Amino acid sequence: MIPSSFEYVAPTSVEDALAALAEAGDEGKVLAGGQSLLPVLRMRLNAPEKVIDLGRVEGLRGIREDGDTIVIGAMTTHDEVANSELVKEHAALLAKATAEVADPQIRHRGTLGGAIVHADPAGDLGAPVLALDAEMVIAGPGGERTVAAKDFFTDLFETAVGDGELLTAIRIPKHTGWGAHYEKFVRVAHQWSIVGVAATVKADGGTISEAKIGLTNMGSTPLRAASVEAALAGKSASDVADACSSAADGTNPPSDLNGDADYRRHLATVLTSRAVAAAAAG
Amino acid sequence: MTRITVTVDGAKYSDDVEPRTLLVHYLRETLGKVGTVVGCDTSNCGACTVHLDGRSVKSCNVLAVQVDGHEVTTIEGLATEAGLHPMQESFHEHHALQCGYCTPGMIMQAIDVLNTHPDPTEEQIRLGLEGNLCRCTGYHNIVKAVAAAAKAPGAAAVSSSKVGD
Ligand SMILES: Cc1cc2nc3c(=O)[nH]c(=O)nc-3n(C[C@H](O)[C@H](O)[C@H](O)COP(=O)(O)OP(=O)(O)OC[C@H]3O[C@@H](n4cnc5c(N)ncnc54)[C@H](O)[C@@H]3O)c2cc1C
Ligand code: FES
Ligand code: FES
Repeated sequence: MIPSSFEYVAPTSVEDALAALAEAGDEGKVLAGGQSLLPVLRMRLNAPEKVIDLGRVEGLRGIREDGDTIVIGAMTTHDEVANSELVKEHAALLAKATAEVADPQIRHRGTLGGAIVHADPAGDLGAPVLALDAEMVIAGPGGERTVAAKDFFTDLFETAVGDGELLTAIRIPKHTGWGAHYEKFVRVAHQWSIVGVAATVKADGGTISEAKIGLTNMGSTPLRAASVEAALAGKSASDVADACSSAADGTNPPSDLNGDADYRRHLATVLTSRAVAAAAAG
Repeated sequence: MTRITVTVDGAKYSDDVEPRTLLVHYLRETLGKVGTVVGCDTSNCGACTVHLDGRSVKSCNVLAVQVDGHEVTTIEGLATEAGLHPMQESFHEHHALQCGYCTPGMIMQAIDVLNTHPDPTEEQIRLGLEGNLCRCTGYHNIVKAVAAAAKAPGAAAVSSSKVGD
């Protein structure tokens, strides 16, 4: 199928994109890499009158260092994030999770900003961004504001990005030297996560001093496994299973054809212990 | 209608397109390049894979207006007067197709795999072809063809112009 008709604009600056968005009001839709939006338009689940393509906006793409932070432009592709030396060194968890998204063709087009704003609970990038305590930079008619990842994901496919606003960048505090692993559970190739666990761990001489864990598809938004994080502090990296047994506490996973909620709760504990062990090993 | 100018398989085209036109339909219906095929409605199968500025994309999941000013290479741009592209030769040699429907996309993605991993392991080949489905399920020979092509000179070249160099 093909989308219904729409008007297309390709602004070259954030100001022009915001102006186009304001003018279109409810009838406007932002296009980033198109890897989630175009399937939606083709299935006619949405039919905006105006599509505002961010592909030609200056300054939204690229990865740079800013003191203790890595700043990733919203339009940076999954392929660029996964292969960036800066991201691999200072936010290894995000590089590893991004390499697990979809397939190479989709990673060449899809963007970090698009995945985060799309906020599919089975998407792989919410959990690492949440675990790394990232901040989202949002531009709107009133200027720029910054929202912490823990306040950003509000519900299924809902985020703090309001009507008339754009996500411009993702700021990630450096986690230099932290081990990281993204454990994605799927039944067939290039599927969305049934459950995913994003773990990053600071370990000194075989002892975990700090752990941060994000869960994919264990509720309507990405979640932190806070009780596991607390239980892991001071534990030996070779004996993490007990500390990970509470991974499903406070979660509300969906039941669907891939598995019911109880199965997902079980998966969360098993996958968390695998992810933490792998992260602690490097 | 929106005016776009695109280089496809080395030739420059300017056309008026409806913004909702998918790149794959522009290639097939406006340019007549029917070598690129559509195999699904969900962007899962990879049959429509082409290269956009040298990297593989699913042309059913890109709008024609998005490629204005860019360069596209399709399966039709691989062979030269000197003969088939080394990846096409290798698919032929290793019997890497049955019905052949997935083949244009498989070959385009296989070339991208070699661009990323010039000397790929079997796992890198299989993961690199993760977004391409073969409903005849002839994956084994496809993987063999890609591994063999990796040893051939020029197999990673992304466009016809580079193959001849
Ligand atoms: C076959 C297939 C398999 C996939 N598998 C996975 C997978 O395993 N894991 C996974 O995580 N993802 C998967 N994806 C989705 C992929 O990661 C998308 O790239 C991503 O979800 C959306 O990014 P995009 O840049 O393409 O955004 P688009 O599709 O262009 O946009 C998505 C949404 O975000 C909005 N938006 C985009 N950018 C901005 C911005 N800067 N400011 C405000 N709003 C914005 C758009 O209006 C739209 O509503 C898959 C997609 C396909 C087609
Ligand atoms: S037709 Fe494009 S992925 Fe199937
Ligand atoms: S050869 Fe028939 S689909 Fe692959």
